[in-house]
Amino acid sequence: MKVRLGFTLAALGLAASTALAQGPEPYRIGVVTFLSGAAAGPFGVPARYGAEVTAEALNAGTVPAPYQTKGIGGRPIELIFIDEAGGTTKQVSEYRNLVQRQKVDAVIGYISSGDCLAVAPVAEELQKLTILFDCGTPRIFEDGNYKYVFRTGPTGTVDSVAAALYVTGTMPEATKIAGINQNYAWGHDSWNDFEAAMKRLKPDVQVVTSQMPKFLAGQYGAEISALIASGADVVHSSFWGGDMEAFVLQAAPRGLFQRSKVVLTTGETGLHKLGTQIPEGTIIGARGPFGPFAPDTELNRWLVRAYSERHKEPPTYPAYKMSQALLGLKAAYEKAQAANGGQAPSQDQVIEAFEHLEYEGPGGTVRMALGNGHQAVMETAYGEVKHENGKAVVVNVRRYTAEQVNPPDGMQSAAWIKNDLKPVQ
Amino acid sequence: MDMQLAVLVDGIIYASWLFLIAVGLTLIYGVMNILNIAHGALYALGAYAAASFGGFWFSQGYPPLGSYGALVLAAIVVGLVMGPLIERGLLRFMYGRDEIILLLVTYALFLILEDVIKLIWGVSPYIISQPYGLLGIVELGGLIYPVYSFVLIGVTILVGVLLAWALQGTRHGKLLRVVIHDRELSQTLGIDVRRYYLATFTLGTMLAALGGALTAPTVSVVPAMGVEVIVLAFAVVVVGGLGSLPGAALGALIVGLLRSAAVHYVPALELFAIYFVMAMVLIIRPRGLFAGEQARTI
Amino acid sequence: MNTDKRTPLLLLSSLLALLAVGPLLPEWQFLATLALGKGLVVLGLLLLLRTGLVSFGQGLYYCLGGYAAGVMGHYWGVTDATLLLLAAALVSGVAAAVLGLLLARYRAIFFAMLSLALSMILYGLLAKSQTLGSTDGFNLAPPTLLGFPLAGYEGRYALYSLACVLAFLAALGLHYYFRTPLGRLATAIRDNEIRVEYLGASVRGAVHVKYTIAGVLAGLGGALTGMTVGHIDPEMAYWTTSGEFVFIAILSGTGSVAAPFLGSFIYELVRTFAYEYSPNTWQLALGAVMLLIIVFLPAGLWSLFRRRQGGAA
Repeated sequence: MKVRLGFTLAALGLAASTALAQGPEPYRIGVVTFLSGAAAGPFGVPARYGAEVTAEALNAGTVPAPYQTKGIGGRPIELIFIDEAGGTTKQVSEYRNLVQRQKVDAVIGYISSGDCLAVAPVAEELQKLTILFDCGTPRIFEDGNYKYVFRTGPTGTVDSVAAALYVTGTMPEATKIAGINQNYAWGHDSWNDFEAAMKRLKPDVQVVTSQMPKFLAGQYGAEISALIASGADVVHSSFWGGDMEAFVLQAAPRGLFQRSKVVLTTGETGLHKLGTQIPEGTIIGARGPFGPFAPDTELNRWLVRAYSERHKEPPTYPAYKMSQALLGLKAAYEKAQAANGGQAPSQDQVIEAFEHLEYEGPGGTVRMALGNGHQAVMETAYGEVKHENGKAVVVNVRRYTAEQVNPPDGMQSAAWIKNDLKPVQ
Repeated sequence: MDMQLAVLVDGIIYASWLFLIAVGLTLIYGVMNILNIAHGALYALGAYAAASFGGFWFSQGYPPLGSYGALVLAAIVVGLVMGPLIERGLLRFMYGRDEIILLLVTYALFLILEDVIKLIWGVSPYIISQPYGLLGIVELGGLIYPVYSFVLIGVTILVGVLLAWALQGTRHGKLLRVVIHDRELSQTLGIDVRRYYLATFTLGTMLAALGGALTAPTVSVVPAMGVEVIVLAFAVVVVGGLGSLPGAALGALIVGLLRSAAVHYVPALELFAIYFVMAMVLIIRPRGLFAGEQARTI
Repeated sequence: MNTDKRTPLLLLSSLLALLAVGPLLPEWQFLATLALGKGLVVLGLLLLLRTGLVSFGQGLYYCLGGYAAGVMGHYWGVTDATLLLLAAALVSGVAAAVLGLLLARYRAIFFAMLSLALSMILYGLLAKSQTLGSTDGFNLAPPTLLGFPLAGYEGRYALYSLACVLAFLAALGLHYYFRTPLGRLATAIRDNEIRVEYLGASVRGAVHVKYTIAGVLAGLGGALTGMTVGHIDPEMAYWTTSGEFVFIAILSGTGSVAAPFLGSFIYELVRTFAYEYSPNTWQLALGAVMLLIIVFLPAGLWSLFRRRQGGAA
């Protein structure tokens, strides 16, 4: 066996390596998330931690029911980490490397929508079970039809639609909306969906300004002035990571949060680091029922405990979504195994079991309902920041069912928002 | 609310920041003919060091106003450590090689430093925002601005004036200009060129770190924060004329004001503003606004 | 010169060796095809480097080539690889010829910077364009060759072979170009422009032609990469992409028209192993390898071969 210099074995510790030596053949999973660059801090590394914590607990058999059996179908999980940085060409190259040279059993990964779009057809070509865990674009299953590709996280459309539902539900008088989003596909899509959803829910709504600074711009002085000057009732932002934090730090002292209601769709990732520097009343989301929005279940308590013990801070949504992807794979595999009379299932059998699967994750029930059973839907939630004992907590939480924020299967998100989105009181 | 005033104020604040991040780059290029891509990483290093120094300062309960000293000290330390290390340890072996080779050496250095920063500080964000709010706010034309932004303008002007004085008014500055003009001639005159190179690179590094250190309180200190800065600083320096101090100031002002105007009037153009300005200036004045005529290769 | 006669032989034997080795190592074909695509772009840079010019904007043509192929396939249903490559060459060639009118006046760092700015403007335009998928880009359908789809085991090998042949033809073409009077002007311009003008040649005209050729090569590389990867996005025009090409060019050295391909292969290998074995510090590994090569092999990787040849002579 090849000696791996990477992080894998060190991270998995002795448990994995002794298992390698004697027990059943390990289930090798290539895990691709950002380990460097701007997305590493807010997404990539929490996701990696989520993968490690979950895989170790699964190997040790310490995850609560229904996941108390060891590993995946009894096979110990081995994780092989790859950095997602570098762009689609490199990612397609490294994906092929994982499948063809490293012979993984499955790949879980991809935070960037561009990487997801690029990797999906390659998964089909190489016929390798691939689970997209975080990327947002609905184009994956709306423009394509894949057998080997699953996405266990909700789409980005959900975030914008739920934000619009929260705004219209809590501030029925708001008519002037503004946006500040990064000038790349994520920012464009988030804003377009939010604007369309607001116009559908409240036809007299008026866009007063839409700011699109460059990704990683860092300095938002002029944009903040323009937002304040616009007199918007609501400011929508899908900023994430360092950009989101810098925006909050720069906009808060200038009074933007007092003049307008600010919606941060990925605000949850900064909740712990920024704390009370996020002004009270800011509407934040976690791209699904994760973190402070997660239901109080045994599974959620386990993830929070296991993750916090190791990393001294609670898990954020990327960790939830990664854990959820691993648990989904385990659920599908073991369902297929059971149907196969306890024998190791083939990949096709796992895929068949995965389609339309309904399973529990730390964020609640995941239903593979869209894209012919390949795209997950979940309920989602938004809430407002409140300062309590020097900490930021989330209050006034409103939850939306999967049906309220997702199009029915087979319908394009954009068309659904425009014609069929229903208000929620 | 006065839109023109907002454009002007936002533009000048942004321009002062641009000058601060670009001045070290133009200094090093002017003296050593090195387009230093590692500048971005040194900027990030300054920000991280400032976050650590400042964090330590506040955790000890020292008087908050002293945190500004901690930020500046962080920049000085980064300059004094990294400047000589890079110049003596690597660059001096490369002098005399092609400009592009030197550029690529600094690119490799940038890649290495990015990971070194990650190894030291990890990928989690550092937030050291106290100094940003400490000085209070002012209202200007119906908009609120932190006083810190205006202090930054002051610091930028001070840095510019001090550098100009050092170059024009001091003996060392005059000798440095001889080095810039003709390296070989200055050696025959008995000027120790090596010392000037070392001093210039250290000062340039310190300025990059100062840019990062003073930016740190306004942002979340994260990996890759230096990447965007490289392109911005390049654009400013190229617009103004590579190696020219007043050029960098003018370049920063033009880019800053145009960007601010774009944000206020046509936000959709913001992404293009800087490259558009850069291309236009280069097309009209191929060597940038402030560069003198250069002799052609004989 | 002796090496002049040896080069076509070397290229031909490399081509045959690559074609022979391909089927034995199917898991490396993709990486090799990518390297050949990059090698084409770097070959164009070699032409510019020999003229004393460095473009930090080859990503512009690389991206245009990729999008030309992508749009042909996506909107007009053209899938034939040779047609896609032709379209890419045409689009990037025309663009380079037009922008070359402007850029041929520039030298040194200003040439580098203006080319960078132009490339970034294309990036901005594509990032804005929602119909083309903004920064997410879009997927290409698998190309075909003479009606056969270039997918699956045989198809992938056919695509790889196409890349090998294209690289061979480009390298051979450039080799002979360097032996024409116009080609020979390259080094003359690098060494002394005024002397070239006194000799009655148009420096600007010569630079313009070379820039256009480099643009065509970059466009071909982009189309090849797009077809191989199956996805294109504006990142192809981002300055870091162009920077990577310059880096490979310097690593390779300008000693031979085969050097860019050798350099690309080695760069891709170093990169992929760095990703695999040090996922947390691959940038550091890559940077360190680059520094070592610059310091210890000043004339690029190709000098390893040169030195051996020189020693023998």
